[in-house]
Amino acid sequence: MDFVFTDEQRMIAETAQAFFTANATSERTRAAMAAEGIDHALWLAFCQELGLSGIGVPEAAGGAGLGLVELAIIAEAAGAQVAALPLLGSLALVAQAIAAGGSDEQRTAWLPALLAGETIAAHVTATDLAADGNRIFASSASVAHGSAAQLLLVSGAAGSWLVRADAPGVSVAAQTTMDQTRPYARVTITGAEGEPLADGGAGAQAATNAALIVLAAEGLGLAQAALDRTVAYSRDRVQFGRTIGSFQAYKHRLADMMVEIEQARSAVYWAACAVDEGAEDAQLAVHAAKSFAADTAFRCASDMIQLHGGIGFTWDHDAHLFFKRARALQTMMGNGDWHREQIAAMVLGETE
Amino acid sequence: MKLGFSAAEEEFRAECADWLTAQMAGEFADIKGITTLTEKAERRKEWEQHLGEHGWGCIGWPKVWGGRDASLAQQVIFAEEYARAGIPGRVNHIGIELAGPTLLTLGTEEQKRRFLPDIAAGKTIFCQGFSEPNAGSDLASVRTKARLENGEWAVDGQKIWTSLAHISDWIFVVARSEEGSKGPKGLTFLMMELDQPGIDIRPIRQINGDAEFNETFFDGARCPEDSLIGAVGDGWRVAMTLLSFERGVSTLGQQMAFRNELDAIIEAAKANGTSTDPLIRQRIAKAEIGLRLMRYGALRMLSNTDHASVDGAALTYKIQWASWRRSLGELAMDVLGQAGEVTDHDGYEWPMLPNLFLYSRADTIYGGTNQIQRNLIAERGLGLPREPRGEA
Repeated sequence: MDFVFTDEQRMIAETAQAFFTANATSERTRAAMAAEGIDHALWLAFCQELGLSGIGVPEAAGGAGLGLVELAIIAEAAGAQVAALPLLGSLALVAQAIAAGGSDEQRTAWLPALLAGETIAAHVTATDLAADGNRIFASSASVAHGSAAQLLLVSGAAGSWLVRADAPGVSVAAQTTMDQTRPYARVTITGAEGEPLADGGAGAQAATNAALIVLAAEGLGLAQAALDRTVAYSRDRVQFGRTIGSFQAYKHRLADMMVEIEQARSAVYWAACAVDEGAEDAQLAVHAAKSFAADTAFRCASDMIQLHGGIGFTWDHDAHLFFKRARALQTMMGNGDWHREQIAAMVLGETE
Repeated sequence: MKLGFSAAEEEFRAECADWLTAQMAGEFADIKGITTLTEKAERRKEWEQHLGEHGWGCIGWPKVWGGRDASLAQQVIFAEEYARAGIPGRVNHIGIELAGPTLLTLGTEEQKRRFLPDIAAGKTIFCQGFSEPNAGSDLASVRTKARLENGEWAVDGQKIWTSLAHISDWIFVVARSEEGSKGPKGLTFLMMELDQPGIDIRPIRQINGDAEFNETFFDGARCPEDSLIGAVGDGWRVAMTLLSFERGVSTLGQQMAFRNELDAIIEAAKANGTSTDPLIRQRIAKAEIGLRLMRYGALRMLSNTDHASVDGAALTYKIQWASWRRSLGELAMDVLGQAGEVTDHDGYEWPMLPNLFLYSRADTIYGGTNQIQRNLIAERGLGLPREPRGEA
């Protein structure tokens, strides 16, 4: 038992933080927001120069090994900058699903290009998924980074299929989305040719755990950055002849943010460790991390607006990027109430 | 980063669990399951000595002072198994967790010899004399006076909220030794024997009917000149060192007691059907999440050996657990309904959950109120300006 980062993990954290802080700037993110919500040059640099994209994917599957703790470290750093990157779709969802549930051929065919950033992938969760052999019928109105994707992983009760976004029968329509750093697309698949994931169940399980932890870690990074930026503002801004950070009402609100963030940090790394170590309570941990960290992100981002006053409500200030991403984190893959209901069923002994 | 325990540590867990459950099934069965701090105090002092005789008194201390040099993981395991076995809290927790570590850090060799083996053996029970009627959150404004007289300290004044003073042997006192000094200057940290004519202990009855706290009056109370830790006038630094030990391994044992409380709420909700109420289910889940996060926050705090940087987990721990437990008490009452507002006891005594509801109002006050905690977090954790001070 040693619940602190190893030297290697600390190094990954420092590298990722330095990279995203220097490169995922407000200016570049805003340029991406005006297009399809991805800073492509940044993504290629992340995948090819930094060499961290293979983290969380087993070495046998062409990845860099390590686990969800390291993936969470990266997502936390990216979340702190609200970076416009396909980390969730390409790495957490699709690469994880292929690594865990793909055949050797599927891994060889797809993982190198995904990890190199040359192929961008998105996950289509479809409640109406139907398959006629390998001809797929499915639709979803909220496929994150769907417009930018060349590869779709389509999942539903019937299983998981890999579908090329340019295959006949696939239609993708961009949607104007509140969070422009991860916009949704409407994807409609009518009889397109798909390739079944060899072990759809294993793929879905790995992808779900990784994605929930990545969402939680993004929320953690976002919340901490919202606090840090608000603290910095409170030291500069003077009203009534005092910096506003000297007012107790203001200080206490910042302190409350820190109390939540420290718990979110425990939640994210507990969940990541628990899944990596195959702990008995791993599922409970993942539900706890997603609900707690996303709610913390939202609370801190909304406090960020309030504590900045009028400037925080303007388009030019970055507070709305934090606020909108935080809201999306809360909704994605089950909101807080849903995850807590899963936990309630567990602790009340209603599950197996 | 690793959460699991090694095979050797799991073996140690089994050893702890076996010994502790055997004691609760045998000689000390009568104290099992007690949840207040005061019930059967004399028997619990015997339990302290029993722990000491078998080398379980202060396992994290060096062997030479009666400990076991236990690793952090072993201390975590012992604290968890202790609470899991249903054993009541340590009546000497002030001695074990505050006085002992302070002596280990700042005491002279002679003081260590004098006190540490007896604390580890459960023979010397300590209580804490910090707060005064006019020095609560503002601890530095203490007025209790200490003056040297014929090679002895003579102490006059009043301490309050002295938890368990009525069953303790010794008290440590922060007193003003420099006439006319103000604030944190001119204070001295003294250790005094309680059983003497100059000290009068009067219980304070609390909202739950129990009397764990006391007022302790000093009227020419005495202790030898060398009873101080640190130097004359250095008492504030010693007191702050002592308080820094407050978030030790014992917090994990405390959490196991919280676990028992939450489990009791879950059982009550299942029994009376409130477990089907979606709002209650959300609150149970939130309580479960909060408790788990408390554990991992404590493990982060204990694993962190980098004392150079601000430890956010440590700084936020008090307000986190205190607020969590206060909410837990409210959840307990919403689950129990009116059945929670009546007691089967003859006197004004309460079963575990209603008592939790009442007692937890103190959690957000003692050891630094939630409001003081927020000041500390903002100032030490976030580097914001300090609160302005008035004239003392």
